[in-house]
Amino acid sequence: VIAATTPPPAPHIDWAGLSSLTVLLGAAVVVLLVGLLRPRVVRETVVPVLALVGFLGAIGGAIWQTGSPEHLVARSLRLDDLTTVLTYVFCTGGAAAVLLSWRATAPREAAHGEYYALLLTSAAGMWVLVAAENLVALFLGLELLSVPLYVLCATEMRRATSLESGLKYLIIGSVGSATLLYGLAFIYGATGATDYAAIGQAVGGSIGDDALLLTGIALTVAGLSFKASIAPFHQWTPDVYEGAPTPITAFMAVATKAAAFGVFLRFFDTALLDDSAIWGPALATLATITIIVGNVGALGQSSLKRLMAWSSVAQAGYMLAGVVVATQLGVQATVFYLGVYLMMNLAAFGVIAVRERETALGDDIASVRGLGFARPSLAMAMTLAMLGLSGIPATAGFIGKFYLIDAAVAGDYAWLGVVIVIGSMVSLAYYLRVIAAMWMQEAPEATGEPATLTSTGRPALAGGSAEADAPRANAQPEAWFVAVFFGLATLVFGIVPSPLFDLAVKAGKAFPSLF
Amino acid sequence: MNLTLLLWLPLAAGVVAVTLTGRQAGWVMLTGSLATLAYAVVMIFKFDTGVPGLQFVIDRTWISELGIHYKLGVDGLNVILIVLATLLFAASIAWAAMRDWVRPGLFFFWLGLAESGVLGALLSQDLALFVIFFDLMLVPFLFLGGGWGTSPNHVAGVIKLFIYTLVGSLLMLAAAVATGVLAPGDSITFDLAQLAQRRLPTGSQEWIFLFFAAAFLVKMPAFPMHGWMPDGYKAMPMPVLAVFSGILSKVAAYGFLRIVLPLYPNASAHFQDLMLLIALVSILYGSAMAFTTPDSRLILGYSSVAQLGFITLGIFALRDAGAQGALLQAANHGLVVAPAFFIVALLAARAGGSEDIRDMGGLAFRAPVLATLFLIVAFANLAMPGSSNFVGEFLILLGTFQSKVVIASVAFIGVVLASVYTLRLFIRSMHNRVGPKDTSREIALVDGLVVAPLVALIIAFALYPQLALKRSQGAVTASIRDAKVLSTPAREAAR
Repeated sequence: VIAATTPPPAPHIDWAGLSSLTVLLGAAVVVLLVGLLRPRVVRETVVPVLALVGFLGAIGGAIWQTGSPEHLVARSLRLDDLTTVLTYVFCTGGAAAVLLSWRATAPREAAHGEYYALLLTSAAGMWVLVAAENLVALFLGLELLSVPLYVLCATEMRRATSLESGLKYLIIGSVGSATLLYGLAFIYGATGATDYAAIGQAVGGSIGDDALLLTGIALTVAGLSFKASIAPFHQWTPDVYEGAPTPITAFMAVATKAAAFGVFLRFFDTALLDDSAIWGPALATLATITIIVGNVGALGQSSLKRLMAWSSVAQAGYMLAGVVVATQLGVQATVFYLGVYLMMNLAAFGVIAVRERETALGDDIASVRGLGFARPSLAMAMTLAMLGLSGIPATAGFIGKFYLIDAAVAGDYAWLGVVIVIGSMVSLAYYLRVIAAMWMQEAPEATGEPATLTSTGRPALAGGSAEADAPRANAQPEAWFVAVFFGLATLVFGIVPSPLFDLAVKAGKAFPSLF
Repeated sequence: MNLTLLLWLPLAAGVVAVTLTGRQAGWVMLTGSLATLAYAVVMIFKFDTGVPGLQFVIDRTWISELGIHYKLGVDGLNVILIVLATLLFAASIAWAAMRDWVRPGLFFFWLGLAESGVLGALLSQDLALFVIFFDLMLVPFLFLGGGWGTSPNHVAGVIKLFIYTLVGSLLMLAAAVATGVLAPGDSITFDLAQLAQRRLPTGSQEWIFLFFAAAFLVKMPAFPMHGWMPDGYKAMPMPVLAVFSGILSKVAAYGFLRIVLPLYPNASAHFQDLMLLIALVSILYGSAMAFTTPDSRLILGYSSVAQLGFITLGIFALRDAGAQGALLQAANHGLVVAPAFFIVALLAARAGGSEDIRDMGGLAFRAPVLATLFLIVAFANLAMPGSSNFVGEFLILLGTFQSKVVIASVAFIGVVLASVYTLRLFIRSMHNRVGPKDTSREIALVDGLVVAPLVALIIAFALYPQLALKRSQGAVTASIRDAKVLSTPAREAAR
């Protein structure tokens, strides 16, 4: 009996290949423990620095392991250029979130160690998710990514909307996870395999015949759509984005999106590649709905975070076009856009974070009114982000959109390319409102006087006049840096996009079976 | 000639200007734009009229993955328009440099970017590059109109303008990408010369044509797409409006000749009637509005709608004479409308700041020089025989007669209407009773320095329109050749 139950031999584990993951998880443990130390300087400075080192170390690990693709841990994870490039994306997002959190209320209220440890754990989940080539690893990664985020959304514990956001995200996210798990179980039931490659062989171009498999795939799409905020599974997005602490919103917007699209690309372009004629039109329909819903939803929003939430829904629709076509060009365009999207969103959220702390207006669009005259560098960053998101030339957003339309047309989905441009037209209406607020409306008391800090509508009781605020104006160099750095990146990569193209093309080559 | 230098010089001056304050910013930008103008004038003399094809070509790969090249070149189609663009920008910047603006550095930076954008659109010989500059040249006008606007609701007006025109531009983006991807051939390219060789199937040509037409007709503006024009024109400060109306609309007309006719000849022939009809309605509608509105700025705005209608008519006559006339008229209209806007600004300054012609009148008594300058501009605008505009309209109508007699006969009404609205503007402001708030005074020397050279050029151009015609002839004929053949019925071709 004892001989019969001998456990199977443990798989060979290539620790070097897992370096990004181990660095993230290791940093999470270190940060958590260091956060227990008493001195304030340790909690408020050493801990974020360690978290930053963790994210940069994970990027370093990814660079170190760049090379020929390999399977890790008994073919459950795959380290290839898609994994590597997306690691750059979400770790950059994580590092930016650390910088934005530096002076935020959330880590102070929720304890620094826990806050940054959760952030690192969530990024580790993203790594597992994009590397997964097995249904079990996929689900593990998804949960590891989501659960810390549920908590992080609620870390501003004295603000009701933050708690509401966390609770909403928990409930809706759990429904999404459950749907996904259900779908994965169906797929396993229909094919008898959890491995992407084995599923691909078992399916072999016949999903249309098998109701069980088709249901499984539909449920899986729905589950993943919750994470990527693809309509009609996007309803949580505006509330959660608005309620969550701004650094966490920024992290969710850029990193979760990258991870969700990573798994979309790998799952559909590996396991279900032969059936692209069947799921392609279905995903194209989802993309169309998402583009319309996202752009129309953003139209009348007065909260910048809600506006960015709806805009992220619309942008997810654009990116889905790269998945729909099931070509290497599509993968490249999606990865390229994820990189560009990271820059534009971090620039915007950087500005939102700065203004949230400088004015009493929160994330209302009025908080950036007259910013062009008071803080030109911030306003320029926000302007570049908005122009980029709406796809105006000389920004990286234009090239990204060009690439996506290129992929859509080349993949015989020319109409989807037209839907993308129609979506961009609608989006102008709300992105321009932000630009108009910054450059074309002056805060009443700042009229004609340059470089005066605006504080429109600030109630007298909230404390402060323009003079009192002035010393605080540059009190957040790290958030200012995030905004300006990524704003500049949006401009620079709009003029010299080749470095990003190199990465995107490498990621596309990770799918040799695509053409 | 280094076209890269020509293209980026204004932006470089703008970047310097943004760091300066006060009048200095304006002077720096003016120096930059005058240098650009001088360089463009040198170019027109170095331009070899006898040589077909592009000259001074610069061709570098920009984004190899997408097949986008940084390819600039000059030929008969754009050479005159490039000089016109640098001239009008220099005039506008000179006008602006003599006035005080809030945040002058930023103001002149945007003007510099606008000039580089316009020159880029005119110089591009790569479809993707053209699309980029066509969109980019609009961005500065959003900020110029929104930040330094003149009407009470200028922000709404300029946003309306921006959205309208970008809707067209984005459609054009999709169409341009589709052109590059769908064109037969092994590798993707956006090079205009190569695309003209690899013709698309007629079905694709048709939807792509409509998207391009939407972009260009909105920018012109032509009749059903002109909704942004009244609010947008009112929103912009006068020197900005002079370049906007003077040159940006011409880029759209130029786009038809540069891109649409050579690349999509089947679709151009197919939609010829539709385009002629749009042109005709624009002429009639623009003229009718121009002699009913009391706002002097909008009189010029609607007259532009009519004039651009004539230009479209000439292009889509798909005959050599018509297209030649259209290109000449594009240059003429730019040269006329810019000083006309400056003169309206002067009139408004004398009528208590009001641009309503009911508040004007009798200005000619004490301002004979201003009146004379205005009269020359007005005569040119109504295409008085002897003016270059007359040559342009004549060629346009000649071309239209050759292809569609009925449309040409109706279009003649537009010539008559042009004299009605132009003379109405002149008479109501210069003659008649002195308006209630009028303080008639002569044109100031600084303003004269801007307006008089433009007026002198109108006269020079009237005496010697061959300056444009000779240089453009070969390129225009080549541009419309395929579409012309396809649109000509077989029996007529046999004759």
